[in-house]
Amino acid sequence: MHPNPSLTDSCLHLADDALILGHRNSEWTGHGPILEQDIALSNIALDLIGQARNFYQYAATLKADGSTEDSLAYLRDGWDFKNCLLVEQVNGDWAKTVLRQFFFSAHQYFLYERLQESKDETLAAISEKAFKEVAYHLRWSSEWVIRLGDGTDESHRRMEKAVDELWKFTGELFLPAPYEAQLAKEGYGVDLLSVQPLWKEKVNEIFAEATLTIPVEEEGKETWMQTGGKAGRHTEHLGYLLAEMQFLQRAYPGGEW
Amino acid sequence: MVELSDILKSRKEAIRAILAGVNDPEVPVLSVLDLGIIREIRVAAGDAGQGPGEGDDRPAVEIVITPTYSGCPAMDMIRMNIRMALLEKGYDQVTITTVLSPAWTTDWMSEEGKEKLKAYGIAPPHPVQQVCHTELFHRGEAVQCPQCHSYHTQLISQFGSTACKALYRCEDCQEPFDYFKCH
Repeated sequence: MHPNPSLTDSCLHLADDALILGHRNSEWTGHGPILEQDIALSNIALDLIGQARNFYQYAATLKADGSTEDSLAYLRDGWDFKNCLLVEQVNGDWAKTVLRQFFFSAHQYFLYERLQESKDETLAAISEKAFKEVAYHLRWSSEWVIRLGDGTDESHRRMEKAVDELWKFTGELFLPAPYEAQLAKEGYGVDLLSVQPLWKEKVNEIFAEATLTIPVEEEGKETWMQTGGKAGRHTEHLGYLLAEMQFLQRAYPGGEW
Repeated sequence: MVELSDILKSRKEAIRAILAGVNDPEVPVLSVLDLGIIREIRVAAGDAGQGPGEGDDRPAVEIVITPTYSGCPAMDMIRMNIRMALLEKGYDQVTITTVLSPAWTTDWMSEEGKEKLKAYGIAPPHPVQQVCHTELFHRGEAVQCPQCHSYHTQLISQFGSTACKALYRCEDCQEPFDYFKCH
């Protein structure tokens, strides 16, 4: 098997996305507003971490340099992480968390739907499994966006604030990194630009029912989007996240249960 | 003379019998066979022709499994339990291989497994595969209460005590129960 750096990097990107969001969601465990929703979000976090494991295990095989799923998750520094900026944002309130989940699950839904057809059998297999799980995530988060958006004055206000805070990170989801573009060209990856209109349609549909407004482009200019995560240029939040997530492995190298 | 295929068959049967005793740690009434996660049992054909009897016939074994959910935390324990169960019976050359495709689905759960779930108090997955569609606030097919068998049940959350189960409440007997989600 000859090494394909685009495949390895894309795999790491998919793993990092899932792990970082899984970690963020797990920060709600024990702090959710209602017991059943605490459990729901914890289950979603678990699904995501499971997906991350699958991608990390594959990436470790591809790298064939002694890397393991654990070394990739716990021993890389921030600039080596390829997750998009959206998933590393702090949780904020419940409105921000469900909105972040909605934006990201809608992205994963259409992405995995297509990645199932990848010429790479492992990517296809992981996606086939993940796609079924993400369908539940998308439904859960869509329902919450509507409940809160079309809810009370306060919940609506919080949702609008969440939209203001998170919208600028949604562009990156569809801007292919060089390794993604290369992988799509080779037939192993997904053309993100083909996914974007589907995502926009879903957002329009849910926002309409949630009585939320999508930030509008002004004077023919595109809404400005923050990018860089896929290339390892992260917001300040990732540093704190990794410090907490990786602390135990860094402090006690090789430590096991 | 005993055919090689017969020997392999009886070896696989022996292993199958052992696996029937390895249970899901989270839902202990279900064996790994009931769950449908055992894809294949491969046994080495070596040493065929050795006489029957305890300790004679312990070939190398490979068990091929498919995980249920991506993040199911029970899978690691299940792998360990499979290995332990086989080791206890004298099989010391055990390989457990995980394949992701085709993806596991509740369709692979045995009918017997579904009956066991119901008796245990968990509503089994519906026979007609119904992957969660994205239609919102959808009232899916009615799930039967495993305690009082009423169909007047209400979904509380798609995410229950584990990733594979949803939380329901019965409006007749007022008991909460888990439903094994179609997946």
